[in-house]
Amino acid sequence: MNLFLAALGFCAVGAVCAATLTRRVRVPVSASLATIGCLLAVGVALQVLITGDSSTFHTAQLLPMTGLSLTLDPLGALFILASSFVGAAACVYCVGYARGAMASRTAMTMLMIFVLTLLAVPAASSVMSFMFCWELMALSSLLLILTDQSHSREARGAALWYGVLTQLGAASILIGLLLMTSTSSGQTFADLSAHSLSLSPSTRSFAFVLVLLGFASKAGAVPFHVWLPKAHPEAPSPASALMSSSMVAMGVYGIIRVGADLLHGGTVWWWVAVALLGVVSALYGALHATTSTDLKRLLAYSTIDILGLVLIGVGAAGALNDSGLPSVAHLAMMAALLLVVAHAAFKGALFLAAGAVERATGTRNLDELGGLIHTMPSTALVVAISAGSIMAVPTLSGFSSEWLLLQGLLHGFTDASTPALIVMLLGVIALALTGGLTAVAFVKLFGIGFLGQPRSVDAANAVEVPLSMRIAMAWLVIPSLVIGVVPGLFISLLNRAASTGMGATVVSPIDHGTGLVVSQLRGAIQPAALLVGLVGVLALVWLVNQRLAQRHARRVDAWGCGRDLQTPRMQYTATSFAEPLQRVFADVLRPQSDVEVTHVTESRYYEQSIMYENRVGDVLEARGYRPIITAAFRVGVFARRLQNGSIHRYLAFGFVALLVILVVVA
Amino acid sequence: MSATTTTLYGVAATLVQVVLLGLGGPLLVGVMAKVKARAEGRVGAPVVQPLRDLRKLLTKERLHARHASVVLPLAPMVILASTVVAGAISPLVSTHPLLGSSADILVIVYLLLTGSAAAALAGLDAGTAFGGMGSSRAMTIGALAEPALLVAVIALSIQSGTSNLPSIMSSTLTHPDWVFGPSRLLALGALLIVVIAETGRIPVDNPATHLELTMVHEAMILEYAGPELALFSLGEAMRLGLLFSLVANLFLPWGIMTDHTLLSLLLGTVALVAKTLLVALGVALIEVRSAKLRLFRLPELLAGGFVLSVLAVVTGLVTR
Repeated sequence: MNLFLAALGFCAVGAVCAATLTRRVRVPVSASLATIGCLLAVGVALQVLITGDSSTFHTAQLLPMTGLSLTLDPLGALFILASSFVGAAACVYCVGYARGAMASRTAMTMLMIFVLTLLAVPAASSVMSFMFCWELMALSSLLLILTDQSHSREARGAALWYGVLTQLGAASILIGLLLMTSTSSGQTFADLSAHSLSLSPSTRSFAFVLVLLGFASKAGAVPFHVWLPKAHPEAPSPASALMSSSMVAMGVYGIIRVGADLLHGGTVWWWVAVALLGVVSALYGALHATTSTDLKRLLAYSTIDILGLVLIGVGAAGALNDSGLPSVAHLAMMAALLLVVAHAAFKGALFLAAGAVERATGTRNLDELGGLIHTMPSTALVVAISAGSIMAVPTLSGFSSEWLLLQGLLHGFTDASTPALIVMLLGVIALALTGGLTAVAFVKLFGIGFLGQPRSVDAANAVEVPLSMRIAMAWLVIPSLVIGVVPGLFISLLNRAASTGMGATVVSPIDHGTGLVVSQLRGAIQPAALLVGLVGVLALVWLVNQRLAQRHARRVDAWGCGRDLQTPRMQYTATSFAEPLQRVFADVLRPQSDVEVTHVTESRYYEQSIMYENRVGDVLEARGYRPIITAAFRVGVFARRLQNGSIHRYLAFGFVALLVILVVVA
Repeated sequence: MSATTTTLYGVAATLVQVVLLGLGGPLLVGVMAKVKARAEGRVGAPVVQPLRDLRKLLTKERLHARHASVVLPLAPMVILASTVVAGAISPLVSTHPLLGSSADILVIVYLLLTGSAAAALAGLDAGTAFGGMGSSRAMTIGALAEPALLVAVIALSIQSGTSNLPSIMSSTLTHPDWVFGPSRLLALGALLIVVIAETGRIPVDNPATHLELTMVHEAMILEYAGPELALFSLGEAMRLGLLFSLVANLFLPWGIMTDHTLLSLLLGTVALVAKTLLVALGVALIEVRSAKLRLFRLPELLAGGFVLSVLAVVTGLVTR
């Protein structure tokens, strides 16, 4: 615990340094302090996961409901691990990245506080500490979105959406938690957990629904996701990496902590609801990721997709536990947690790489990129591995976690109750469909962004980013490889975290070893052996290829259909690459396309210019949120009439209100 | 039976499988071309023509497009490697190949997906219009076909209670009545559509065409020549062989080697060749009988495949 407090201390000192030091030393000093803090936290989290020891820390309570209480337990430690690992990378990245607005006092201070709160939220163990850290996390990230004023209009819009939805979510969580405190003797999580069974079932369900709304919004679950694809791209890259990999995971943490731990599982429909949110999010996110042309927006939608899969795992675990299958439930929960950790690393790496691309070319529009593999080979390699991981290429981390998730779902088929069965079935369908769609999105990202010819001057003039940024990206590739190749070594760490709220200690259904073996299911993967096979065949083919034919290739022009001219403008763009799929799913995506043809004045048979515009907006935003906003606005305009500035009227309002209260009380 | 013998036979079965795919894949392409030619009243090229083409291509000069990167030579190797590994561990000749315990549905499907992604990246690498067109179309088809493949195989796994392919086949052998169950038949329909889409046959794609506006796969490999084209074609042929033989074995597992004797290894090989030829014959006849679909009619076909596979899972769950 002391080491963890030291880690928090390093981050706090980093924040103070960022706020006080001069511009030149601000970034390196605060970033290195926070990096040390994060690395310490990684160590502490690993230690808790290995030993399973929980420890607690309380500050003195000067007033009731004040004071901070922190607890380190395996579930929290897992989420601390995910955020501190990405946090360290984001801080190192900052050294090379922070220029202009990002190096400003506010931005750096907020980044440090953001990192600090990401470590503190999973450790907070009382309602007030939790809400304090939660709100600080929301506020610091909100200010980070506003850092970059070059896209100020979008950034302000994004911040507004984020601010409103996150505050609504926080209010919902607070009410839910306060409902739970009504019968308990104190406000610490231990008290809540001990007394939650004495609540009436309907109160517990109501509290869970309220809490779920708030946490699902943070996890980007559709239909509460609207802020996410706006806010994540607008933040500076280290912040968006943290938001998209660690902050969204806090939503999942909250659902598990409150639903499984504090409320002890509840009834099956809670988890069916969680899983249904997951199914919708996974499909919606994956579909939008395939059509996005903004690099970071694509990544943000893919976050919604992966978090959807995580929610399917969590929901399936709850439903299976309710069906009396604790060991399968354990498997599904392990899969969800493994996916959280794997996602944190590869999505962090991808967001940092997106920042590197933006830094090198000045744009994140895929339609203006291309050919970066020649100028930015290290970044390209990071993107290739991380994209491979997210596409679930075997022997990378995404594959191990999705395989485990499928095992949990498939095993539930054998003897789960009907509600659980429906969850499993929908989960399997979502997993299959998102697999194909994710492949399209990330082949597009890598193929259009990094291969081919540069589609703009800026892309052609790109240069590789500084060493510190490359180190940070490489750091986040490590988990993709480790969890991918030897998942068995990592999975044992998740054992205790996944047992949270599962009642008695569950024996892990996964055998020991480097691979993943679930003997009761006759299911197994040995990624290390697969990797040896793949690399072996690859090397063999390469050798044979070198021997059989001449060694060096002659460079020639690509085939130009009989013409000499091949301009970069002739290539497919991200928009055109996704066009067939956009057409297939036009009913869901509702794309808006305009073609504007200008003719030359002499003849209508010759075109002077053709303008094509294609927009894919968020249907749920347009159809779901806009009407509510418009209605709220109307109510606001109407309510304005009540306030005409006359003091007499206000006094009358006060008098009437008092009367009403007296009548009601009487 | 000692552990060494088991391993030895596993290695032997794996070697036979890889060699069968390597030689048999191109031959299968040749056989299908021959069947189509005969059905259309032509003589057609000899069955070994694809192998001769490979030999010819390997002796040609190595040419790379000017703007291409390392992806261009790497992609065919990735396709080959993923297909060889998938073919080596899949239960084709034997239910106990090397690493057969890792031959999970998801492993095989995602190894194939890795190959498709590598091919699509290869199409985008040279920075030409046609390459992008091919990649975009291939990925669109793949995005709709891969889920159907996964769900269809999951339908088969319900009765066996495992997603491990060798276990699915062994339990099918002990329960022959499963084969003609409604769930299996629905899954078979879905798998046939998927296999036709994944291997780029009519009505999804026409392997014999160079007609620019309709091509999918040919557009993607337009920048390939010489040795790299040979590797690419070999990889695609092996993929075709793997998919056909997997479908054949999933529905007609009889003849597959389950014990450890030389005779059963031989029998397994012969049975695999016969079953795969049967599937190839069927697909070739479908090809002769149908015309290529318009690109934007394809989603209907593939969605049909997906719906069939989901129905197969639901039927499997209801009748289990």
